[in-house]
Amino acid sequence: MDFVSFLIQTLNAVQYGLLLFLVASGLTLIFGIMGVINLAHGSFYMIGAYLAFALVAQTGNLFTALLLGIPLAALLGALLEWALFRHLYKRNHLEQVLLTYGLILVFEELRSLALGDDVHGVAVPAIFSASIKLSDTLSYPVYRLVISAVCVLLAIGLYILIHRTRIGMMIRAGNHDRDMVEALGIDINRIYLVVFALGVTLAAFAGMIAAPVSSVFPGMGNQVLILSFVIVVIGGIGSVWGALVAALVIGFADTFGKVLVPDYAGLAVYLVMAAVLLWRPEGIFKS
Amino acid sequence: MNSYSPKITSPGSIWTRTATVATALACAALLPLGNAQAQSGKIKIGLMLPYTGTYAALGNAVTNGFKLYVEESGGKLGGRDIEYFVVDDESDPAKATENTNKLVKRDQVDVLVGTVHSGVAMGMAKVARENNTLFVVPNAGADELTGPLCAPNIFRTSFSNWQSAYAMGPVVYEKRARKVVTLTWKYAAGKQMTDAFAEAFEKAGGKVVKEMTLPFPNVEFQPFLTEIAALKPDAVFVFFAGGGAAKFVKDYGAAGLRASIPLYAPGFLTDGTLEAMGDAGQGLLTTLHYADGLTNAKDQAFRAGYAKAYKAAPDVYAVQGYDAAQLLATGLSAVKGDVSKRAELVKAMEAARIDSPRGAFTLSKAHNPVQDIYLRKAEGKENKVVSVVSKALADPARGCKM
Repeated sequence: MDFVSFLIQTLNAVQYGLLLFLVASGLTLIFGIMGVINLAHGSFYMIGAYLAFALVAQTGNLFTALLLGIPLAALLGALLEWALFRHLYKRNHLEQVLLTYGLILVFEELRSLALGDDVHGVAVPAIFSASIKLSDTLSYPVYRLVISAVCVLLAIGLYILIHRTRIGMMIRAGNHDRDMVEALGIDINRIYLVVFALGVTLAAFAGMIAAPVSSVFPGMGNQVLILSFVIVVIGGIGSVWGALVAALVIGFADTFGKVLVPDYAGLAVYLVMAAVLLWRPEGIFKS
Repeated sequence: MNSYSPKITSPGSIWTRTATVATALACAALLPLGNAQAQSGKIKIGLMLPYTGTYAALGNAVTNGFKLYVEESGGKLGGRDIEYFVVDDESDPAKATENTNKLVKRDQVDVLVGTVHSGVAMGMAKVARENNTLFVVPNAGADELTGPLCAPNIFRTSFSNWQSAYAMGPVVYEKRARKVVTLTWKYAAGKQMTDAFAEAFEKAGGKVVKEMTLPFPNVEFQPFLTEIAALKPDAVFVFFAGGGAAKFVKDYGAAGLRASIPLYAPGFLTDGTLEAMGDAGQGLLTTLHYADGLTNAKDQAFRAGYAKAYKAAPDVYAVQGYDAAQLLATGLSAVKGDVSKRAELVKAMEAARIDSPRGAFTLSKAHNPVQDIYLRKAEGKENKVVSVVSKALADPARGCKM
């Protein structure tokens, strides 16, 4: 691999890592901070992508679709928390797995009934549709760089929310000792409602902005679900910075695994996970 | 525990019981034979296809095509009424044996039809071979089904992976490409496709300089696009289908590679995905045994009939289902619906010349279609026929002992 190729592959790795972070960030909140094992997280990603497809078909514009889609996703999250998840906080993880696995099946079937099983595409917004020339044969789409920038901004925003604001403090306190927080007169149920809705919104948002580059197809959430869990676990459960670093590590492992050891590329990500967990059993940044 | 008093069983009673069970099993084994001999009833057709999940649309198209032919024939095949037994195989190879047994053992179907997923189809083939059930494959392209797994009772009306990729070899060579890179998912179908392409392309005089794979169903292609740009081959040959196909073609276009390095693939790349690809898919050249814009009368009649029955345009999967029913009809007519005359039935099916919407085809010794392969060009939402690139292409049926 010459130096230019190496630089471009590094860009690929960072860009893929940031996209993975965007999906995993919602899971960091729901799994990491609230302690709910949410297997349906990938479904929220898929729902976001299909929302983008349906809303762009109606409005013809991804930005309008985002404006409409984000509140819809938040509403869905709040509704699910109120109807289902709220009853599971004090139950064990196995029951959470059962519920959220069931939700995967329900969402897939609803998607199939409402929008069919065809593959769909969403056009890249016109102002970001240009490409930057990297070599005489290769260009880089501007939209991918925009996604990366959005991911970095979101990472910073999440960090500030959780570590620098009053509500962030309540969330962290609730994770640490739920009963004590309630005893101090804080309505923990309302905080969890907000956090869960935020987590669902982040996953759906990831699906929406990734739709133009990833296409929209049945089962698209299942792939990102597993990688998201890998990222949350090796990043250190509950740590936003950890998730960001872990997502980049996975981005590098996947990209360079495919290039350097193509026959074992499928293993690369999990070998890295095993290595990190041997080195730091509680993840890179334990919270 | 009250009603059950444990006691030591004597060896004698074990033998008695074993004998009783064995007798019961032997009687049960005779049952299907008894049913098959009664020819007055309906012919039982087991449709085992995906009706949920990623391949649901394909399973429905196959079913629609099959039923359309039966309807056109007055609801009968070989003069007998049809009764369908339907199982959703969920494209899950782990459930293939159990699901097939439901149809073969419980429902005792006369004919088994399925499926889309190659792994499931191979499970079905094993059960069909063990029970000698007549089995027609209306899609799954695994070379094995008409290769090592071939049998007198197993037929295919679709294609072998080898066929759809092999035909592309000479095409790419004629487009003056000498060095080619291949890329596909690391699984059986991908390997069979890229190997068949390499076989034909290198026979023509070209060279596959690099075979790249990524884990199935991973769709992060960027590292490979970077490698392709660095290698600068004359052309790229890929096998992808469904969502992965749409994403790959868009990524390939967005990376600016379409302008300098032409992309070729078996037709699965652009079937049902052109809308999702948008502009990036336009002009793509692919090979397959069916195309839009064929001029034969059968295709036009089929398309009109399908549109009338289902208010939708047919695709290659509907054609394959339609032809599965045609092939069965030929066999059943020859024996006047008497499925117990298996040898004659199979002989008639082997000799059949199917008037398919794709153009007429016959069957090879291994029971795979000997068919024309078309070069198609993506225009709008259609894969328009350009030419016939391989006339009456027969799968080599490697490993078939029949």
